[in-house]
Amino acid sequence: MAMDRTEEDDNLPHRLLDGCQRDFPLTPRPFGALAARLGTTEARVLDAFRDMRKEGLVGRIGAVYRTNTVGSSCLAAIGVPLERLDEVAALVCSFPEVNHNYEREHAFNLWFVVTAPDQARRDAVLDAIETESGLRVLRLPMLEDFHLDLGFKLSWS
Amino acid sequence: MTPDPIDLRIVEATQAGLPLVARPYHAIAELLGLAPDDVMARMARMQDLGAIRRIGAVPNHYRLGWRANGMTVWDVDDSRVDELGERIGRLPFVSHCYLRPRRPPAWTYNLFAMVHGRDRAEAMRQAEAIRAELADACRVGEVLFSTMILKKTGLRIASAAAE
Repeated sequence: MAMDRTEEDDNLPHRLLDGCQRDFPLTPRPFGALAARLGTTEARVLDAFRDMRKEGLVGRIGAVYRTNTVGSSCLAAIGVPLERLDEVAALVCSFPEVNHNYEREHAFNLWFVVTAPDQARRDAVLDAIETESGLRVLRLPMLEDFHLDLGFKLSWS
Repeated sequence: MTPDPIDLRIVEATQAGLPLVARPYHAIAELLGLAPDDVMARMARMQDLGAIRRIGAVPNHYRLGWRANGMTVWDVDDSRVDELGERIGRLPFVSHCYLRPRRPPAWTYNLFAMVHGRDRAEAMRQAEAIRAELADACRVGEVLFSTMILKKTGLRIASAAAE
């Protein structure tokens, strides 16, 4: 028999986001375990996650792997003349190894992350972007990660 | 100890997220021809080793209303940057905090901390709180706001490797 919807269920997406950024259970039925913790059903937890995925509120539910544990990545920046921004941004995005590319307000206005299976391939991509754009690429690999990654505190005020 | 080839297959199969089914680890195990217990044990081991930072929901800050994404960058004394970086990394509004090399003269900042505000004013208050923590160990800093997300995908080791 289906349980009546409760006010808690209406807040379920927020409760899942606040409570599930880490410590997602590594057990056979993790969504069921979360449901038990939150006083709801496995089906409702799965539905809430599916809805949040569909709406783009959550990118994914899964493991966050530490940078450079698998593969090699590097933050890079280019100071692109404004009249060339679209062209250079498109060039950077065209590499499958580029997984983030942001325009930022600064003399260095294009910021992107190159991730490849190994450092040689990573550096080859950075070299190729430099050669093809004719612009200097600032290479800023991570030296130390200070963040404990407890999940970002979302306040719903 | 580093992840072995079977661990890496699990990484490839899960880097875009777990399937939203009642038994997601069983689904991954079936995909890879492994035992479900082996998949869970290997992921637990990668978590113990630090290769997996956490397992959970990865929120999309922008879609949730945190529209002002500020990359704060600081020139911090090398002798104090480790201690201060640990402190900044613990601030509740900081989602990433990294030490990176300076590239003088073009780039003189070594500490990066990402902040997220509903608007720029909130992000600027967060940056000011970081500035106060760094105090006299920091010579100068800046906040770089993003004006456009041109590309954002998860890690794609496998597809990159296949190119």
